Amino acid sequence: MAINTDKNSYTILFAVAMVVVVGSLLAFTASSLKGRIDANKRTEKQQNILFAMGIADSEDPNEFVAPEQAEDLFNQYVGDKGQFIIVGSKAEQTTDAFDIEVKKENDKVKQDANYERKMPLFIGKKDGEEFYIVPLRGNGLWDAIWGYVSLDKEFKTVKGAFFDHKGETPGLGANIKEAYFRDDFIGESILDASGNYKGITVKKGNGDPKNQDKKDNEVDALAGATITGDGVTAMVKKGIKMYQPYFETLKK
Amino acid sequence: MAEVIEEKVEAKVKEPKEPLFSKKNRKLLTDPLADNNPITIQVLGICSALAITAQLKPSIVMAISVVFVLGVGNVVISLMRNIIPSKIRIIVQLVVVAALVIIVDQVLKAFAYTLSKELSVFIGLIITNCIIMGRFEAFALGNGPWKSFLDGIGNAAGYGVLLIIVAFFRELLGSGTLFGAKVLGDPIEKTGLYAIGYENNGFMVLAPMALITVGIIIWIQRSKNKALIEDH
Repeated sequence: MAINTDKNSYTILFAVAMVVVVGSLLAFTASSLKGRIDANKRTEKQQNILFAMGIADSEDPNEFVAPEQAEDLFNQYVGDKGQFIIVGSKAEQTTDAFDIEVKKENDKVKQDANYERKMPLFIGKKDGEEFYIVPLRGNGLWDAIWGYVSLDKEFKTVKGAFFDHKGETPGLGANIKEAYFRDDFIGESILDASGNYKGITVKKGNGDPKNQDKKDNEVDALAGATITGDGVTAMVKKGIKMYQPYFETLKK
Repeated sequence: MAEVIEEKVEAKVKEPKEPLFSKKNRKLLTDPLADNNPITIQVLGICSALAITAQLKPSIVMAISVVFVLGVGNVVISLMRNIIPSKIRIIVQLVVVAALVIIVDQVLKAFAYTLSKELSVFIGLIITNCIIMGRFEAFALGNGPWKSFLDGIGNAAGYGVLLIIVAFFRELLGSGTLFGAKVLGDPIEKTGLYAIGYENNGFMVLAPMALITVGIIIWIQRSKNKALIEDH
């Protein structure tokens, strides 16, 4: 080939052309796939919320409901009527609750201390039982962690939990999404003996590896994942506490 | 530089005559599996080998992703080898691998969402995998697309095989499971091997043991094939 690839002008031209080509290629891929990706994310959120209230795949209780069924089942158990936005202690029923991102609300509070955060709450009904599902978001060791926890109306115990993460260490912190970790939360009390809010602590060596004591506000930690576990503790403690004013109004 | 040009000329002359799977081409594919393994011989890609080999499943997913990215990436770089300005070739290689990985990530997110969630951890690790840059630089820049493709697949497979071997031992000895299945019995219920006092070696789950496992494999490999031992 007769091109002198060492010339400065050629180098610059090549760099410019490469940036334009690769940039437009990526932009094209991203924009043409955006619709499908958003739909997938929506389905995943529905699956997560359903999972936190104990609705899983009919064959494997550790798997989500099938993606095709997620929309229908979500409408059946939660629907438009089960979506609320909580501001302080006031609740407003709205279908927008589904689109609120906890992370963005957290960021807004960080920027402006006076900002009143909007908190999504989903109320699901299954076999006459009510599940108050609270989305949580926090930080693990490497990156974000999040989860959905369903509570009872009395704001006493956890009825179901689901955790996920963006980039925790496989085999260690990544195990927060495993059944043996998350199922320990089920039935665990979030109040201490005198009825004050305490949250749930992920604790090493609490002498209760099978988690038989549901009143100790503790679940057994994952070996080798101390910081991820502490992240879950902080996320659960802070995340649920923000809903406390609302639950207080329910008791009256 | 002179060598690279020579190889280019040689490749150009031979390419049309050589059958697709000639002995030389097969060697490109099989050499990296054993005697020129990227991890144990070239000592590349160690960082990701440490990070993800605590379990078998992510190791296999990682191996497949690298096979894809290195195979396609090598071909792309090889096709452009005559027009890439040598001053910015590393940047060009980075852009190619980053673009490839992002496209794969986006396509997976749209069409195989569950799989993409499992992969998400590795996307960053693929871009920084030194095997990829190493093969672009050392092979694809000087050889034709078909040879580069074989070289890419071969090296990625060599890397993948080692990941899987290391992960097999780490998951078995560290957690007593394979693919998450409790093959040695239940450590809490004390069934199977655990009933006679066996304990999981928790240290196997941590990164240093990956290094030690790789070290043992290198030791075995070199004691079997003395030609691999460097003389210092």
